[in-house]
Amino acid sequence: MSSASQDIESLANRDYAYGFVTDIEQDSLPPGLSEEVIRSIAAKKNEPDWLLAWRLKAYRGWTKMTDVPRWSKVHYPPIDFQAISYFSAPKQKEELKSLDEVDPELLRTFDKLGIPLEEQKTLTGVAVDAIFDSVSVATTCKEKLSELGIIFCSFSEAVQKHPDLVQHYLGSVVPAGDNFYAALNSAVFTDGSFVYVPKGVRCPMELSTYFRINAANTGQFERTLIIADAGAYVSYLEGCTAPMRDENQLHAAVVELITLDDAEIKYSTVQNWYPGNKEGKGGIYNFVTKRGKCKGDRSKISWTQVETGSAITWKYPSCILQGDYSVGEFYSVAVTNNWQQADTGTKMIHLGKNTRSTIISKGISAGHGEQSYRGLVQIRPRATNARNYTQCDSLLIGDRCGAHTFPYIEVKNASSIVEHEATTSKISDDQLFYCQQRGIDTEDAISMLVNGFCKQVFRELPMEFAVEASKLLSVSLEGSIG
Amino acid sequence: MTAGPAESAFLEHFAALEAGLPGHGLPWLEDLRREASASFRELGIPTTRLEDWRFTPLTTLAKTPFQPAQGAREISPAAIESHTRVIGSAPRVVFVNGAHVPALSSVGELPPGVCISSLASALAREPERIEPHLSRCADHKTRAFTALNTALASDGLFLELAPGAVLAEPLHVLFVQTGEDPPIAAHLRNLVVAGPGSRALLVEHYIGSAQGVYLTNAVTEIIAGRDSRLEHIKLQQESENAYHIAGLSARQEAGSQITSHSLSLGGRLMRFDIQIMLGGEHAHCTLNGLYLARSTQHVDHHTTIDHAMPHTTSRELYKGILDGSAKGVFHGRIHVRPDAQKTNAHQSNRNLLLSESAAINSKPQLEIYADDVRCTHGAAIGRLDEDALFYLRTRGIDLEAARSLLTFAFASDVTGLLPIEPLRESMESFVRDWLSGGQGTR
Amino acid sequence: MLEIRNLHVVVEGKEILRGIDLSIGPGEVHALMGPNGSGKSTLSNVLVGRPGYEVTQGEVRYRGRDLLEMKPEERAREGVFLAFQYPVEIPGVSNAYFLRASLNAMRKHRGEEEIDAVDFLGLIKEKMKLLDIDMSLLNRSLNEGFSGGEKKRNEILQMLLLDPMLAVLDETDSGLDIDALRIVANGVGTLRSERHAVLVITHYQRLLNYLVPDFTHVLIEGRIARSGDRALAQELEQRGYGWLEAEQAQGSA
Repeated sequence: MSSASQDIESLANRDYAYGFVTDIEQDSLPPGLSEEVIRSIAAKKNEPDWLLAWRLKAYRGWTKMTDVPRWSKVHYPPIDFQAISYFSAPKQKEELKSLDEVDPELLRTFDKLGIPLEEQKTLTGVAVDAIFDSVSVATTCKEKLSELGIIFCSFSEAVQKHPDLVQHYLGSVVPAGDNFYAALNSAVFTDGSFVYVPKGVRCPMELSTYFRINAANTGQFERTLIIADAGAYVSYLEGCTAPMRDENQLHAAVVELITLDDAEIKYSTVQNWYPGNKEGKGGIYNFVTKRGKCKGDRSKISWTQVETGSAITWKYPSCILQGDYSVGEFYSVAVTNNWQQADTGTKMIHLGKNTRSTIISKGISAGHGEQSYRGLVQIRPRATNARNYTQCDSLLIGDRCGAHTFPYIEVKNASSIVEHEATTSKISDDQLFYCQQRGIDTEDAISMLVNGFCKQVFRELPMEFAVEASKLLSVSLEGSIG
Repeated sequence: MTAGPAESAFLEHFAALEAGLPGHGLPWLEDLRREASASFRELGIPTTRLEDWRFTPLTTLAKTPFQPAQGAREISPAAIESHTRVIGSAPRVVFVNGAHVPALSSVGELPPGVCISSLASALAREPERIEPHLSRCADHKTRAFTALNTALASDGLFLELAPGAVLAEPLHVLFVQTGEDPPIAAHLRNLVVAGPGSRALLVEHYIGSAQGVYLTNAVTEIIAGRDSRLEHIKLQQESENAYHIAGLSARQEAGSQITSHSLSLGGRLMRFDIQIMLGGEHAHCTLNGLYLARSTQHVDHHTTIDHAMPHTTSRELYKGILDGSAKGVFHGRIHVRPDAQKTNAHQSNRNLLLSESAAINSKPQLEIYADDVRCTHGAAIGRLDEDALFYLRTRGIDLEAARSLLTFAFASDVTGLLPIEPLRESMESFVRDWLSGGQGTR
Repeated sequence: MLEIRNLHVVVEGKEILRGIDLSIGPGEVHALMGPNGSGKSTLSNVLVGRPGYEVTQGEVRYRGRDLLEMKPEERAREGVFLAFQYPVEIPGVSNAYFLRASLNAMRKHRGEEEIDAVDFLGLIKEKMKLLDIDMSLLNRSLNEGFSGGEKKRNEILQMLLLDPMLAVLDETDSGLDIDALRIVANGVGTLRSERHAVLVITHYQRLLNYLVPDFTHVLIEGRIARSGDRALAQELEQRGYGWLEAEQAQGSA
């Protein structure tokens, strides 16, 4: 509780702080998408044939998907997929032997973002994989992790060094043809993180990937695959920023999580892509497919997300609860201010017996922001004694924003219990007045009330992230109180 | 779209029946029917590809070769006595197979300013009282069955209340289908025009012969004038092989209140769409619903409450009990428009599944574009409370009796709200009987 | 310290206060009594600037300034404190966090350093002990799930912490058992000094056994029907409000 009101005050006067551009020589493919482009991505990355075949199959499937997704509550002009460059990497030596060989400009970039990559400076208890445009530039703490048998590396490196694991699990949760953007990602993904935690190992530190889009006219298509073998545990954090540009940029990632018996993965995201300016110009289109499969009995997957950035966010981190007694959780805070749009929520698919899921979603709309919670809770016939609890609350600030709640509940098993509760309201005048009577000014009071509203989700975040998230919230809502 | 066989059959009904429909020759009505028929041709019978019909396949309905209804078949007052008794000796209007039967109806002496008649006779007598209201709330442009109804409706109730008129007794409107072979389709259209400050209580009641296969396609429109108070009860007790598709569309002016009770108890496949537009400040609606389904029954409710003006309020409670392999669908939408500040809306949908193969799809929705609002919804699906069951057992009540008691209590939250005492008792005993596996007191 | 002159207040189109005159000097404790609906809570809400209360006539001066011109938080920072009759619950905001934010807002206003977490904890612990409040209340969400008595004590805790110039207690005694009442009265008693002034709004004179007022006023139908000393409160306890209401009705007839 270090002088929070001071923090809020200084932050309230701050705009998007990560909008700078790094001036670095890039190795980029020209814009456009074709089989040739995919072949050259695969060649640049020296990929095995099976992976190229997988990409091409995904690509052919994608070209047959004529319907670009249109969603009832999300509006954006058509994307010209031929105008995007599908590969962009900072020029550097082929093989880096140590961090000393990384371009100092890149290190400075991540320093500026608050993500020091030099070993001596790394955040205690956090290992970081830094991804700059299409490629991973550095991964810290690798040795320490490898002593425990934990693999934490860039996806490209995993393809080279652990091809069997990758081939076995890639696409096993999100098939290449799952949806339009997942198919596109499967065809052109360039890098991402790979994690494997072996049997019975509890990963002693937070693993973290930091994504940065830098180059203009590029899309970022990363692919993350995390496997927790029987009895393993890992907590994984994802952060992201992008420069301020007038054009919209596409980010279409795929994340797959797999837990075997008694394993647990905790996946936290603080998404702060550039949201566009106050008039709604620019910003990232964040169209992401995230899904976890609780394959083993008694396994658990927990998604926590704080979504403050992006012009448009479309994502539904989901859990397939296949193992008996498996547990899925989804905790979300989403903020839409100015002209941001978000359509987010989760799917909990209960297949196994005695499976449980919890959904806590907190949406805050301000300015002209439009936000929808869209969720599916499905109890399949075999899922005896399944339980779900969903709570989804929306807070409205100002009279030009919108908040919508679309839960789908499908129950095909009589022994299950599903509960859904939702509220939508504005900040209570009584609460605001109470704070004012105690001398707290309106802006601080709103910030305090909004943070209180989100508390249930913030307490699920690892400590460093929780502080960050709470600050981000104040910045995102800056200027929304008229 | 090009009309498939089912659509073509209905369009043929239109061609055959058009000249004999009530009010034929009125240019505005002919235009309306042609427009509606064209809409139906365009829309076709809904498929599960449409979001609103995702969980309700109409394939067997579309395959049934329905014939147009050919007027009433004679039935004795005794045949409907058990259904009329529960409402009492109130004014009654009876329709058999889509046609008005004056012999079974009795309106008696009405209070001043209250007009009750069949829609057909009102169209013959004073069409100018119908024209400004017909098909103004119900949407025949985007809803296929409403389009079909608008084109083909043979008759229905017309209730008009002058400003300040009060109909204290319940008005019982009974729709009977005799279950002909080949099966027939009856399209019924009811219109209620309630003037400012008027009051009425209306029971819309659908029954059919026990095994009969038939289609009831009913649309009710209510125009609730300023400060009017209307209570509407819909009792659906169709035959176990019947298809029942119904719509209730209401427009409420400032200060008006509508309370709707819906009890869906019969039918092989039933769908009920409620659309309420709260179009004036301080308008309020309450929607209560209970659906019971078992065997292979399919029961689908879609409700939309449109808060179009500030200071409007709504309360909704829908409860369902599903047994056997029954399927239930509940889709409740609350829409708050940008200027509808101070809206207060609460919606709740609760379901009990009594068997392994029963299933429910519940989709409560909030769509909110105003900020100074308080909207909540809740949905729950589950089984009986184990603690409550245990508590009853410790007091000596056996498990079966305890289950039945709690299930009955679950339903009585809705039946208990019925405003007519004998009807409430009758429905409660129906539920008891249904729960013990009987047919209900039909 | 506080000068109320001919105050008329309208709430939702209805005139609730119909010409209040009241002056409170430093070091004084005033009791304001009256039957339900006489306008007691309206007066307290107007003093702290709750929206929805329209002053149609009259003025309120606080330490030489026009109180009605000031924003609610400004009034608070200038030392006007209201112990609410129904304190709101604020989910997710811990009591400790809130108290410190509030205290620091006051200190900043006075040009003082913000208090750090350690000093704050020391300060609050001492006050909590005085009021016999369980320490666990600090980490719970503000007022959420607090019992009626806990809420009231928490209000008094805030008052002691913020050390206001003018404290208004709106029915703080309602819902308190006799022990809690004594504790609350003792707490308020510590505020009794040459600097502070207290306005106790109450329905019963119970609290006044422990917190002896210098002046007692009776509010009936939006007007002060009678003012006196402590004895008036006792008289009211014995005779009820009826005789004053009758008198007032006669007076205005």
